[in-house]
Amino acid sequence: MFSFIAKRVGQSVLVLLITGLVAFSMFTFVGDPIDNMLGQERTMEDVERLRQQLGLDKPFVVQYVRFLEQAVQGNFGISYRQGRPVAEILLERAPATLELAAVSSIFAIVLGIGLGVFTAIRRDGVAAHVIMSASLIGVSLPTFLIGILLIYVFSVELGWFPSFGRGETVDIGGWSTGFLTVTGLKALVLPSITLGLYQMTLIMRLVRSEMLEVMRQDYIRFAKARGLSNRVINFRHALKNTMVPVITVIGLQLGSIIAFAIITETVFQWPGVGLLFINAIQFVDIPVMAAYLMLISVMFVAINLLVDILYAFIDPRLRGAA
Amino acid sequence: MSEPVLSIRNLTVEIPTRHGIFKPVEDVSYDIRPGEIRGVVGESGAGKSMTGNAIIGLLDPPARVSSGEVWLNGRRIDQLDAEEKRKIRGKEIAMIFQDPLTSLNPLYTVGEQLVETIQLHLGLSQSAAKERAIALLDRVRIPNPTERFDQYPHQFSGGMRQRVVIALALCSEPSVIVADEPTTALDVSVQAQVLDLIKELARERNVGVILVTHDMGVIADTTDQVTVMYSGKVVEQGATRQILGAPTHEYTKSLIAAVPRPQVKLHRFPQVSYGGRETTFKIEELSRNWDRSLSSESGTLLQVDGLTKRFLQKGALLPSRRRYFTAVDAVSFDIKDGEVFGLVGESGSGKSTVARMIATLMPIDAGEITFDGEKMSAMGASELARYRRQIQMIFQDPYSSLNPRMSVGDIVAEPLIHHKILSRAEVAPRVRELLDHVGLASDAHRKYPHEFSGGQRQRISIARALATQPRFLICDEPTSALDVSIQAQILNILKDLQEYLGLTMLFISHDLPVVRQMCDRVGVMRQGKLVEMQETSALFEAPKTAYTRELLDLMPRLDQLSEEEIAGLRAKG
Repeated sequence: MFSFIAKRVGQSVLVLLITGLVAFSMFTFVGDPIDNMLGQERTMEDVERLRQQLGLDKPFVVQYVRFLEQAVQGNFGISYRQGRPVAEILLERAPATLELAAVSSIFAIVLGIGLGVFTAIRRDGVAAHVIMSASLIGVSLPTFLIGILLIYVFSVELGWFPSFGRGETVDIGGWSTGFLTVTGLKALVLPSITLGLYQMTLIMRLVRSEMLEVMRQDYIRFAKARGLSNRVINFRHALKNTMVPVITVIGLQLGSIIAFAIITETVFQWPGVGLLFINAIQFVDIPVMAAYLMLISVMFVAINLLVDILYAFIDPRLRGAA
Repeated sequence: MSEPVLSIRNLTVEIPTRHGIFKPVEDVSYDIRPGEIRGVVGESGAGKSMTGNAIIGLLDPPARVSSGEVWLNGRRIDQLDAEEKRKIRGKEIAMIFQDPLTSLNPLYTVGEQLVETIQLHLGLSQSAAKERAIALLDRVRIPNPTERFDQYPHQFSGGMRQRVVIALALCSEPSVIVADEPTTALDVSVQAQVLDLIKELARERNVGVILVTHDMGVIADTTDQVTVMYSGKVVEQGATRQILGAPTHEYTKSLIAAVPRPQVKLHRFPQVSYGGRETTFKIEELSRNWDRSLSSESGTLLQVDGLTKRFLQKGALLPSRRRYFTAVDAVSFDIKDGEVFGLVGESGSGKSTVARMIATLMPIDAGEITFDGEKMSAMGASELARYRRQIQMIFQDPYSSLNPRMSVGDIVAEPLIHHKILSRAEVAPRVRELLDHVGLASDAHRKYPHEFSGGQRQRISIARALATQPRFLICDEPTSALDVSIQAQILNILKDLQEYLGLTMLFISHDLPVVRQMCDRVGVMRQGKLVEMQETSALFEAPKTAYTRELLDLMPRLDQLSEEEIAGLRAKG
């Protein structure tokens, strides 16, 4: 078990080094930062001095190692546009995105698994057919369109939920949360559904097909022959076996919920890191872009590491052999 | 005689299909008394398992019981609703399935699954249920039951898992157990132990057992009563000794005759002649344009020297801490040109690993394979391709060894195209010719594997193996997934191939009577080592090692009835 985790951690570190390289090479290849930092009226001496000061005259590898050193300590430099440390800006924006991602993940997982199991058990029921057909809409409509539709129906026509922003937030030790106010909670509803709808339908369809596959297995037949009730067979024996492949996909999807919050955040003017990233692209704010890239890859890698460990936790066959 | 615990009266099962109503079980009646074992025998599709499923209420829709009655301890149960049938399942009628590897949920410990069943049926407390579970594991002779209780199914061997399945069936003291091919997936030695256990438990607990099987040897060894089924109907039933000693129905007679005997070597396997669906294998036509230009100069075609394979058992970061399992341990033998060499042994003894290494499906860890004087280690890419062309393989499972998404024509054409033996235009007629020679219909190449029966699929595998005109054929348990009647056909085909085409074969099997009929020489493998190698008749008559003798003793025998007994039966009848 230990060597299994050690191996996976090693692989994760390798992935991070590679994404770090990509993030870092943006500084070198997407325009010269010196050009951006110094104004029109610069002299050659100014350029040279700043280059030395920032260590940009050193070889690429040395610079990369320095970048990594700084990144590990949470120092991603100073935003070109806002003139403040990137880490500070990210910390300010992160709660909004993480709260949105958390709510929509829960929405996607709970409803996805629930509906998946329901449509698998009641395979031939009318409700299952309706849900399956409706889920096609969730899979095929683009996120921004769903967002706009939801805004039109629930904000413009019905006026139940706000159409943009986070509502009021409460600050707890530097973390601004929208969970504690009514307007904050209301503001979360539409963006969460928009962000999680695709993942939910995907999880649901996957759970359904996996579960149907599992229900054909011999041990389910044998469980029936032992006289176990349908409830025990469906939720104890079948569901757990269904979860093994489903968890992998859920892990990948959670990563993309965070990464692709960009579109939802833009549609709902949600003050999160996604919106920050879009703005950073518009103004070629490379430190912010690099930091965002690193942040997302750390999250992806962490989630997948967790999934691998969870895998071994669910399936005893994976514990012994690595 | 005691009252029957279970009575089946005129049971008929119907499946509505596009072409009208199909009756997989028709008008079947029999009784089971306490402590009695009733064998139900017949080939696959004869309705044996379907009868068991109908009794226990486990028929898959749209199959349904259309008429007849099932009585359990004086109570009629076929008309109960689903919920009441569920209450009987596992409590009063328990079931044992064929494949112990898939009958247990892999994600729960053996103990959890036992306790769950015990609590459901007996309503005991957690600790009392655990105590009972451990007692049951002990009863089915699982060593260290207290430790084993907390282990997962994958930590048990096949035979041990089947014991766990039996323990699960015994959880609530059922009055009837339906055992559906309980030992078909097991080795001879394990099979004997499991059958003994079932026999013992039936007597000890006064349980009636329905033992569904296609193996006449198992019937002879284990059962008191036997029911012979053919295409959904009972053709003959009665006391086992009576039926085996003096069968009256033609089908029963040919079924008994088709069982390979270990005592004598016959030229051909007797076939089940009943039903008249024998398909011809056109060996003469096949042999007419067979390429016989290559023959080994030394007389030895394949030489295996010190072949070794190790598998990583426990991974670790440090190489010194890794643990390996030696699957094949310095195995050496050679096979003469035109000879059939048999490899026998229990599962896990390394037989198939040897075959895979010879077929280059698996890299060799140590040792050397020499084919027709050429060392494999010295072969370059083109020599290796030539070698692969001359060696073909027929696998055990005709269901998973053919790609379900490819048409049969494409499957057989693949080796021809891959080895660039024929041009594209020549391939199609050649494929049709091959399929015709192995006895398949003229439109077979357009169909897909699922449209064929197990025996027909094995014929497709043979056609595929013959496509490259190989000199050496590896048959890895080619008939162990097939019925006795089909088995005889396939084995006769293989015999023809050897006789007419002069093919050399490595024949792997755990079925000793079959090996006796097929092979010229036999090697016995145990735990990766070749423990004995002899001429077939010498091995069967005078085994050198105790292990071989033990294997021979464990064979289920049809002819436990002596000649006098049969004569006695006849006189009485």
